[in-house]
Amino acid sequence: MATTSLPIRRSFGETLRRDLWWLPGVLTFIGLGAFVVYSTWAAFQGEHYAFGNYLSPFYSPEIFGDSPHAMFGAKPAWIPAWVPFSPALLILWAPGGFRFTCYYYRGAYYKAFWADPPACAVGEPRDSYWGERKFPLILQNVHRYFLYLALVFLIFLAHDAWKGFWFADGFGVGVGSIVLAANVFFLAAYTFGCHSLRHVVGGKCDELADKPVRCAAYKACTSLNVKHMLFAWCSLFVVGFSDLYVRMLSMGIWSDWRIF
Amino acid sequence: MRKATFKIWRGNSEGGEFKSYDADIQPGMVVLDAVLQIQGEQAGDLACRWNCRAGKCGSCSAEINGKPKLMCMTRMNTLPENEPITVEPMKAFPLKKDLVTDVSWNYEVKKKIKKFKPRAPDAEDGTWRMSQGDVDRVQEFRKCIECFLCQDVCHVLRDHHKHEEFIGPRFLVYAAALEMHPLDTENRLGDLKDESNIGYCNITKCCTKVCPESITITDNAIIPLKERVVDEFYDPLTKLVKILRRK
Repeated sequence: MATTSLPIRRSFGETLRRDLWWLPGVLTFIGLGAFVVYSTWAAFQGEHYAFGNYLSPFYSPEIFGDSPHAMFGAKPAWIPAWVPFSPALLILWAPGGFRFTCYYYRGAYYKAFWADPPACAVGEPRDSYWGERKFPLILQNVHRYFLYLALVFLIFLAHDAWKGFWFADGFGVGVGSIVLAANVFFLAAYTFGCHSLRHVVGGKCDELADKPVRCAAYKACTSLNVKHMLFAWCSLFVVGFSDLYVRMLSMGIWSDWRIF
Repeated sequence: MRKATFKIWRGNSEGGEFKSYDADIQPGMVVLDAVLQIQGEQAGDLACRWNCRAGKCGSCSAEINGKPKLMCMTRMNTLPENEPITVEPMKAFPLKKDLVTDVSWNYEVKKKIKKFKPRAPDAEDGTWRMSQGDVDRVQEFRKCIECFLCQDVCHVLRDHHKHEEFIGPRFLVYAAALEMHPLDTENRLGDLKDESNIGYCNITKCCTKVCPESITITDNAIIPLKERVVDEFYDPLTKLVKILRRK
């Protein structure tokens, strides 16, 4: 073991880097921050989340609610009146948890929101560091369970996207149909590229050659995993836009253009 | 021929300062060429470790304009022309002199990782059979040249000095190469969790960004190991499946 002392820690933000090292962190802070603010606001609205055959992905599956998409009817009487209720609040914790515990997002928000570190080779604001080996961040290990839930949600969202092509007068394509289909596409690309899924389907095995199904699934996950960051951002933007689109239609601010 | 100004760290563990030198820059030069020119013509006592000049020995690791890089693989035409170029030693290791650090801690860490333990030979002649696809996965990790730039940029070592508790990305890659090897039978997951403290890694991907061999350290080595540790210690469902399979 070395006996000489280590270099003195650099102070917060101290670096000799000349590039725009702060820019990715700022963009992440703005992007994730805006999404969290908008999605929280949208989840508490409890209205304008459906328009005809379109249902906002923030409210899907609608377990209890006032729209025709509700699976079990209106808000049940056993939920006390003083409890804030919105169909989104019943379900949004699951996809939210999936993103919060995602390996890509973890690395991104540790840097952007907690400056741990602010960027590579840039001084940090704190001396203490626990990492993910102690409470509370050890709970990030629950990620694979959120993945299982996210896979179930994908089925509901795919069903919603399919319903988005069926109007009162039969099959058709509106801009909303394409928006909801794009939402499923990007969410699927993000979810199927998940590091935990890659592990579960084949990464855990040292030998895959004798397991052709696992091997194919591992290769497919890996090909999406390479672009996990891209799909994480695309799906985040599209899911937020899908809610905004349905909301604007429902509020009568935008009208849906029926392509055919 | 143009001139470039270099600000090179001169000093030892007691202290030091950046000193300015001018170097003649020819087309195709790398930072190491300029540093050796300065050493040969202006600062004969400048301590600088180098060997292959081809990005394969991992000796000339340093920080150029604040970024961990190999001096021999950093072309001068990739650096801003109009401002001085700073060259300083790695920050995660004790400084010996000028640009030379004491990286011996890494060799001690490597000794602590459980060695390769192959299963019994597959054939009577003492040989094994492996699929190329299975070997390819760990082959990526064997590209490592042990330049220790990933260790240098890792904030757990660089900023938090957790050298006693955390083995760093280089040795997580090494452990992954063993743990994921199709022939290996050793179990290192307990050590990875408790001794190597893989939980310290918070997935900043800085190690991946600086790797001169483009090893996808975080996605292909560290996260798969974290997932295996979850299998072994944190996932009750996987544990249950394992117990039922044993019965």
